Amino acid sequence: MVTQPLKPNKIKFDIRHLKARYGNTEAIKDLSLQINANDIFTIIGPANSGKSTFLNSLNRLNDLNPNFKLTGTILMDDIDIYHNYNAELLRKKVGIIFALPTPLPLSIFDNVAYGPRMSGIKNKSTLMETVEKSLKESYLWDEVKDRLNTSAFNLSGGQQQRMCMARILAMNPEVILFDEPTSGLDPISTAKVEEAMLILKEKYTIILVTNNVAQASRVGDKTAFFLMGELVEVDDTKTIFQNPNEKRTEDYITGKFG
Amino acid sequence: MINLRNAKTQEKIASAILLGCTILVVMPVVIVLAVILYKGIGAINWEFLTAMPQKGMTAGGIFPAILGTLYLVGGAVLFALPLGVLTAIYLVEYAKDNFLSRIIKLAIVNLAGVPSVVYGLFGLGIFVMFFGFGVSILAGSLTLGIMILPVIITASREALESVPQSFRVVSLSLGASKWQTIRHSVLPHALPGILTGTILGIGRAAGETAPILFTVAAFYLPHLPQSVFDQVMALPYHLYVISTQVPGIPESTRYGTALVLLSLVLILNLFAIILRSKFRKRKKW
Repeated sequence: MVTQPLKPNKIKFDIRHLKARYGNTEAIKDLSLQINANDIFTIIGPANSGKSTFLNSLNRLNDLNPNFKLTGTILMDDIDIYHNYNAELLRKKVGIIFALPTPLPLSIFDNVAYGPRMSGIKNKSTLMETVEKSLKESYLWDEVKDRLNTSAFNLSGGQQQRMCMARILAMNPEVILFDEPTSGLDPISTAKVEEAMLILKEKYTIILVTNNVAQASRVGDKTAFFLMGELVEVDDTKTIFQNPNEKRTEDYITGKFG
Repeated sequence: MINLRNAKTQEKIASAILLGCTILVVMPVVIVLAVILYKGIGAINWEFLTAMPQKGMTAGGIFPAILGTLYLVGGAVLFALPLGVLTAIYLVEYAKDNFLSRIIKLAIVNLAGVPSVVYGLFGLGIFVMFFGFGVSILAGSLTLGIMILPVIITASREALESVPQSFRVVSLSLGASKWQTIRHSVLPHALPGILTGTILGIGRAAGETAPILFTVAAFYLPHLPQSVFDQVMALPYHLYVISTQVPGIPESTRYGTALVLLSLVLILNLFAIILRSKFRKRKKW
């Protein structure tokens, strides 16, 4: 009997003919791609190339914008997330980390416990366990364990960003979206976040939008290059960076434009 | 040199004028307070605050009027605060920006500019006669409540709109429903602003005479109300009555009544201000 590989390349997201627009502005033009489970899928491209719109489509955060229109299908585990999914349930499974740390004006504990509480978990000790586990997973526990009840605003920027990661992990998600998560951080904090991502991908599917081309090459398994709302090419990160198909991709990663 | 000196002179003149205007604004307030305090303090004693009026209001106390005003303000806030806050939540968080919601907003702004005597007539027509509440605490409270609704709605809307949008996005991104987001991440941070609006509303409701004139206020009623369908005396109307309608009231009684009304409003405001500053201390962004 043929032994199955430990991690079969299961498809997490299957995106078909995705088009998105804000009012009359086209943000994504006919995009199709697949994202494997337990990969770090990186998306690079200059500003206004539709990267964040794409990311926010995966957990339907774009729904908040009344001018947003989307056509095409996004399947997560073969289920259409726009037609056969409850948005709140989807967002519990697909967490997002924003470019700037976004603590809520609550204590560190209450920030991390926010998601579980909204899911109806009230038991103190269950919440405490979840908070501790999540903060350990995001390598923040040792720095904050003695001041969980102080305001999250007293943390440094890097710590706040890792707390936001813990907040996502506390919901026990399947996918974590990172929207330029290190653009506001110093190199050491950036390295810590990248390190965390590489460990997190064992359990979660990670999709990373980044302005930092080097970052994409450091952590990515697959990389997609977006330009003006179009997918120029998508391939293994190694191929994209060493032997891209398209001239435009090469120009971008070598810094000739963008 | 001459230019420089001119600039300095102008600066001095400008700041003198500005200071003068500010003093002009503050002076009437100080004078009013001082006169009322000076002339009214003599009348204030335990009996004045807690006794029934006697001998056609020329003697005794003003207790029913104090209690009446408290009932009316309490009733108005009880009615207008929840309704106003919920309306503001709908307008800010749920209503789409379309023709209808713009009409509603315009209507609320205009409601704030309606003269109070018109509210009084409206209350008479709707609550006293149409709903058959009679001239009663219920009718008066509802009339006052409608009068302070626009104040509360406008303040609540501004308070809700000033809560950073990112709180909503973060909360929703963590899987919270829209109502959970409002309940846990928006409303708590809007409370200080909402309370400010309520303070303003309380001040207006306590001091207005016209809206209660036809709906609740009793000319002379030396006993306490038994239910919300009873009439009550109220401080502003009582002040009007003893100042203009009944001869032979001692001056100190009139100013004493004014002093009590003023103090009552200030105490209610103070209470709300303390509450607000408590909430503000929790503000951390």
